[in-house]
Amino acid sequence: MALDSKIPQGPLADKWTKHKNDINLVNPANKRLIDVIIVGTGLAGGSAAATLAELGYNVKAFCFQDSPRRAHSIAAQGGINAAKNYQGDGDSTYRLFYDTVKGGDYRSREANVYRLAEVSSNIIDQCVAQGVPFARDYGGLLDNRSFGGVLVSRTFYAKGQTGQQLLLGAYSAMNRQIGRGKIKMYNRHEMLDVVIVDGKARGIIARNLVTGEIERHSAHAVVLGTGGYGNVFFLSTNAMGSNVTAAWKAHKRGAYFANPCYTQIHPTCIPVSGDHQSKLTLMSESLRNDGRIWVPKHKKDVEAIRSGNLKPTQLAEEDRDYYLERRYPAFGNLVPRDVASRAAKERCDEGYGVNATGEAVYLDFAAAILRYGKEQAHIKGLSEDDEALINKLGKDVVKAKYGNLFQMYEKIADENPYETPMMIYPAVHYTMGGVWVDYNLQTTIPGLYAIGEANFSDHGANRLGASALMQGLADGYFVLPYTIGDYLSHDIRTGTISTDLPEFEEAEKKVTESIAHFINNKGSKSVDYFHRRLGKIMWDKCGMSRNEKDLKVAIEKISALRKEFYKEVLVPGTANEFNEQLAKAGRVADFLELGELFAKDALLREESAGGHFREEYQTPEGEAMRRKEFQFVSAWEYKGEPKDAVLHEEELEYNNIEVKERSYK
Amino acid sequence: MNLTLKIWRQKNANDKGKMVDYQVSDISTDMSFLEMLDVLNNELIEKGDSPVAFDHDCREGICGMCSLYINGEAHGPGRKITTCQLHMRMFKDDDTIYIEPFRAKAFPVIKDLVIDRSAFDRVQYAGGFISVNTSGNTQDANSIPISKHAADEAMDAATCIGCGACVATCKNSSAMLFVGAKVSQYALLPQGKVEATDRVLNMIHQMDAEGFGNCTNTGACEIECPKGISLENIARMNREYLKASLKG
Repeated sequence: MALDSKIPQGPLADKWTKHKNDINLVNPANKRLIDVIIVGTGLAGGSAAATLAELGYNVKAFCFQDSPRRAHSIAAQGGINAAKNYQGDGDSTYRLFYDTVKGGDYRSREANVYRLAEVSSNIIDQCVAQGVPFARDYGGLLDNRSFGGVLVSRTFYAKGQTGQQLLLGAYSAMNRQIGRGKIKMYNRHEMLDVVIVDGKARGIIARNLVTGEIERHSAHAVVLGTGGYGNVFFLSTNAMGSNVTAAWKAHKRGAYFANPCYTQIHPTCIPVSGDHQSKLTLMSESLRNDGRIWVPKHKKDVEAIRSGNLKPTQLAEEDRDYYLERRYPAFGNLVPRDVASRAAKERCDEGYGVNATGEAVYLDFAAAILRYGKEQAHIKGLSEDDEALINKLGKDVVKAKYGNLFQMYEKIADENPYETPMMIYPAVHYTMGGVWVDYNLQTTIPGLYAIGEANFSDHGANRLGASALMQGLADGYFVLPYTIGDYLSHDIRTGTISTDLPEFEEAEKKVTESIAHFINNKGSKSVDYFHRRLGKIMWDKCGMSRNEKDLKVAIEKISALRKEFYKEVLVPGTANEFNEQLAKAGRVADFLELGELFAKDALLREESAGGHFREEYQTPEGEAMRRKEFQFVSAWEYKGEPKDAVLHEEELEYNNIEVKERSYK
Repeated sequence: MNLTLKIWRQKNANDKGKMVDYQVSDISTDMSFLEMLDVLNNELIEKGDSPVAFDHDCREGICGMCSLYINGEAHGPGRKITTCQLHMRMFKDDDTIYIEPFRAKAFPVIKDLVIDRSAFDRVQYAGGFISVNTSGNTQDANSIPISKHAADEAMDAATCIGCGACVATCKNSSAMLFVGAKVSQYALLPQGKVEATDRVLNMIHQMDAEGFGNCTNTGACEIECPKGISLENIARMNREYLKASLKG
């Protein structure tokens, strides 16, 4: 099947408006006759569920957590971008579009990104109307801050908990519709297959995670808002339950999977402390505004620090290597995420890592404390020579800016970051790849939609900070509700879809058999044992830098591990009860397939772009080398084993932006 | 560290349940409390026993999924943290640790340490929202100035993660801190004032219907709240309720 992205004709700035005017609508009385299933209740799924229910459709929403409010969008810290230009600093729809395409290393679709920038302002209006308590200035107007890689202040925020507040906003909009009976909410339910009838998505098979019951649910369309697949690495900043299962089942039923190798490795996370580690914690990008990143210049100092004989604060200024400032004088510590992550890895690989495992660098606030302290002393007319006073005043400023993050760090690392530099290391954070969708957010299966991080999205090969929240809400509030209507307008006479159809029967049987296999397989190793091993292969071979040899090894190893998993996995308990291990087994089984496709995709992409760095394709200075012949989306069609997946290319055209080298020097 | 764990085991909602003893060894002080339970569960699984069920998801203190009553305290020792942010360095070698679910009439046990907090969701369905359609055709976000003070106070209330520690800690199993936080967030903002009367009446009605107890001002909820939600929110809700009752 040829890929048709269905991008409307006409000038870039008019496409969305024209498209909205051209597509079919469903009359309000007929909307009552149409059912829509939404899987996942994060920013994308939650906002879509609320909006579709308001429009009058009958919505059934599913989440695996005990409440829709707990989806992992809640953990987003920094903020949400919108081209409001409230600061009058030259922001515009075009600039947000431009920054996003450039930030994505010219691997995203122009028309989608422009639409995203266009609706971004509406999101802020909407959220304020819903009572989201964004930060305000003393005049009572909304405050903004800057984020990495851009030249304007367009980021709206609610302390360090912007994701939480936006998600609770979407949750409140859902609650209103649940109260009215327009959304039927299924908490603690996991989607285990999508049901295709006559080539169209017509329902799902779900497992009730409390009783273990397998349920059939029908609808006229199915929407996946199920997030990203970062947990294929085992350790990531994702929640423990975040998984690829819904997206992967859709892939196996015919939805193409796009750019699986595009992964964002976030530079500032708390390092791994030992083999017991279950997840990683992010420290907001905003810290790089004031923190300076360094490692010792000399190996002997590294040794002394690792053995505890030298404290980082004792090391003289000239013995420190502020490697980002050294390599990228123009952007310094504020280079984009992919660049900062690779630079940290390079130093640690060379043996300069500062913790016991050799995988940590310092993020130091001493200079900021001194600078702010002097500034405060000057403002208050106090002595600028009193070191203790300067130190105290400086710490107060840093505390006001980053207090909650410092406290979070101290709880985990048991060190006081006001007194000694933080230790940080890159960690898997976000996946730009996902289910392929057209301009209407429809997958290659008619009636199946993917929104938010679950789709291959608008971020190309690298996502800018504060853009994930924007995309999730844009898709759910303002894009999908229009585009899905065009599809559903053909279903006004269809009537309720019966769950007795043979296609439901077949899908349920498949799910039941897979569960029975896990329960009856009396292996010897826990699910986590395999998940950890998969994560190690992914991190070592498909992580921050990749090469042909390693990727080929990864494919072999993952394939072998998958076979071993099915033979050796041990799932305690029964199918008919609350059984977390059983749920996990299914998720890891899907990660074991996705992981292989991921490596295959990375092997195919013989270039470096954004989050995908191939060692063979770099400039003499070690920077990423993009190649024109790879200016396409790789969309994979399922054909059985991941190794047999068939590639479809969607060429990317840039008519409104000049494709340039990214340089931060 | 070597530890003795006394853990509540209960097969399902109908089972009576009991405390069961377990030993864990070689626990690192850098582990989080939940990672320590992961170690126990891995041992149980590989022995063919049933692992201890507990709720958890983000493991960074924001989703509100984790609970646990540890040594008689919601989210264990330590203030302003959730169980997933509790680290083993808070304990000593040879300690005995009691681990129970959050207990309240409105939070029935599903299995072991997993509880059903859907009562919280139902209180929110009753009025935890502003009735504005998500059409995007609202007025410009800056058209209603809101004082920084009110916005910050609303944010402090809105920071509630809905974990239920307040209910578990309260001797009356009262949900007043949780409901008060939501009522306050909207009461402090101009957008929320339009529906203020109906909201507070409906939410409190639902809170009572769910079987949560009343508030007797012990203040335990505020102390155990991982987000430090202030008792002032309960006072504000009471004022809102009084105003609404007089109007109604």
